[in-house]
Amino acid sequence: MSEKVKLIGCFGSTAVHRAEVALRLKSVPLELVVEDLTNKSDLLLTHNPIYKTVPVLLHGHRPAVCESLIIVEYVDEAFDGPPILPSDPLDRADARFWARFLDDKCWKAMWVALWTEPGETQAAWAREAKENMTLLERQLPEGKNFFGGDAIGFLDIAVGGIAHLLGVFEEIAGVRLLAEEDHPALCRWAREYLSDETVRQCVPDRDSVLVALAARKELYVSTAKAMTAEK
Amino acid sequence: MASEKSSSDLTLLDFWVSPFGQRVRIALAEKSLPYEYVEEDLLAGKSDRLLQSNPAHKKIPVLLHGGKPVNESLIIVQYLDEAFPDTPSLLPADPYARAQARFWADYVDKKVYDCGSRLWKFKGEPQAQAKAEMLEILKTLETELGDKEFFGGEHGFGFVDAAFAPFTPWFMSYEKYGEFKVAEVAPKIAAWAERVGKRESVAKSLYSPDKVYDFIGVLKQKYGIE
Repeated sequence: MSEKVKLIGCFGSTAVHRAEVALRLKSVPLELVVEDLTNKSDLLLTHNPIYKTVPVLLHGHRPAVCESLIIVEYVDEAFDGPPILPSDPLDRADARFWARFLDDKCWKAMWVALWTEPGETQAAWAREAKENMTLLERQLPEGKNFFGGDAIGFLDIAVGGIAHLLGVFEEIAGVRLLAEEDHPALCRWAREYLSDETVRQCVPDRDSVLVALAARKELYVSTAKAMTAEK
Repeated sequence: MASEKSSSDLTLLDFWVSPFGQRVRIALAEKSLPYEYVEEDLLAGKSDRLLQSNPAHKKIPVLLHGGKPVNESLIIVQYLDEAFPDTPSLLPADPYARAQARFWADYVDKKVYDCGSRLWKFKGEPQAQAKAEMLEILKTLETELGDKEFFGGEHGFGFVDAAFAPFTPWFMSYEKYGEFKVAEVAPKIAAWAERVGKRESVAKSLYSPDKVYDFIGVLKQKYGIE
């Protein structure tokens, strides 16, 4: 693969993590451009004028590929290496569905539950988050380490942020959502996911992530507020 | 290896005016795949079959293939491409073109229905805000379409066309509530809407703008909106 690959990302992002894991699974040599989202570069704004956010994939001379799950599918199709999506059409549809569910429902509920002040509203969102995690957990195939089966697949990559970042968010917020007693299979999955050789290359040390993300707490609180206003 | 499944094994749980269900109807028609259409009367409540087939979202459309459910309209359309590879595909072959098609279909998904709903649900400032957003959405899509006959470009009628076409009968309602004309704001989109409306798969899957407008009236009554 001679064409240059550049990934515009930022530190401690669940979305960027997906793109990075996908690229490293395919052993694609890449240049990581780290954005400061409070001061977005022209590079980012020109290549993602619609959403103005990360990740953004630049592959050779092609215009950008944006949106993390779209990037992961692109990487699966454009590069050789272990397959990310399963081969059976029904399994592929399932993986895509649960990745969407994760983004549209699961993360939203978790995010609001994390950053809303304690009270009835927060408790209701926390309940919803846990119910969603239960539904997600049920997608783990019996006796297998990963959503993808014996190896990491599309849904593992999509859910990856829960494995290494949710705990950090929980610590900053002082809120516990994912617990061994309630979701033992999901917790076990998280440990397996983080011990994967490729994933480890994409997960910086927890302490530096904690410090960086703790600085963004106010931003998180305001995005959570905006999400509840959306209803 | 995917097992051979006969196309008469297809059932679609749907709701007549749903633009999301219509995407699937269009795809099935483009592929000449026979199927059983089952109308869910959503205004009356959800059937057990629907609740069992889509426990996470409890929404239509749901495609049942040999009894197995596939949910989410755009996921269903991709499924049809992949499960029936000998039929005309909606996504192009090139990975980059596919990524772009997915991006724009996702854009339509994220933006159009939600913004359109706010146009008829609200008045005053929130409605004005929705109007501004809708104009922005139409202009953005206009730029993406450019001078192409279809969003699919060289591929012809494709994934993004199927994703957006079902919203074309809703234009009249958006225009009435938002007080603007699509033909003035986004003339290429208006022309595309007319072209696409004549395509057989689309024409037989959509309902008239008047029917959509009446349906919105029914919804407003149901939700107690003036």
